[in-house]
Amino acid sequence: MVRHMENYSAALDGAFHALSDPTRRAVMARLMHGPAPVKELAAPFGMGLPSFLKHLKILEETGLITTSKEGRVRTCRAREDRLEAVRQWLDEQRAVWESRYRNLDNLLISLTGENDDV
Amino acid sequence: MTFDLKFDFIADKSSNSIVVRREFAGKRQLVWDCHTKKELLDRWFAPEPLTTRTKHMDFRPGGYWHYAMIDPEGQKYWSRIDYLTIDPIDSYTALDGFTDESGIVNPGMPRSNWEVAFKDSGDRTLVVTVVSYGSSEDLDKVIAMGMKEGLTSTLERLDKLLLVLEGE
Repeated sequence: MVRHMENYSAALDGAFHALSDPTRRAVMARLMHGPAPVKELAAPFGMGLPSFLKHLKILEETGLITTSKEGRVRTCRAREDRLEAVRQWLDEQRAVWESRYRNLDNLLISLTGENDDV
Repeated sequence: MTFDLKFDFIADKSSNSIVVRREFAGKRQLVWDCHTKKELLDRWFAPEPLTTRTKHMDFRPGGYWHYAMIDPEGQKYWSRIDYLTIDPIDSYTALDGFTDESGIVNPGMPRSNWEVAFKDSGDRTLVVTVVSYGSSEDLDKVIAMGMKEGLTSTLERLDKLLLVLEGE
């Protein structure tokens, strides 16, 4: 488990940045349903293959996907374990702000009395 | 009494930042006071089930708030917020950071930049907080630390993460 975590910290470099682009997010969303060949992944986007390959390269370097070649077909796969760390952190942050602000709601009520109810 | 208070939490696509928008049922002056006075901050800032205790507060540019969040077992987690600019009761900016009890900032951890803005919204107040990290490397480091500290939450699908990242 500890080794697992260390891998995360090494591999997470740039994960947030990689997911900050709409094309790359769409690619990841597609890959969550299963592996896909590059050609199929590129089809929905109106961009040249070289531009699209740059996006794939960023995802691969970040460790969010792996690619493998069989014959002439290159297939991409999502690495869900990498994404899990980012998602957990964001969930955590969101929970902190939600809880903190519920406290502030209660404080404001106690400071302002119950004018609205009376 | 029930409120339908607006709450947005967005991981910004382009700038390594989180944007939190929230309405509060209070006048701007009061909501501002709650963010800037230690005796009020101590009553809300830490998320449940933690509590907040101020050790030092000097709310002016160049000053800082040094505080602990205390868990139910009494364990203290120290942080400080260094105030950069203050424009009462409209906005302030600050640097957040993890510290020890003496207030020395942990040099190994990236600090985040806070921009907090207060706007009238009828008889409510809208607070917009932007928490930014200097680079994706900084942010990824903070995320990796969160993993190591064993902060856990329920497992959900990537689709939900993508929705969060997609923002509005």
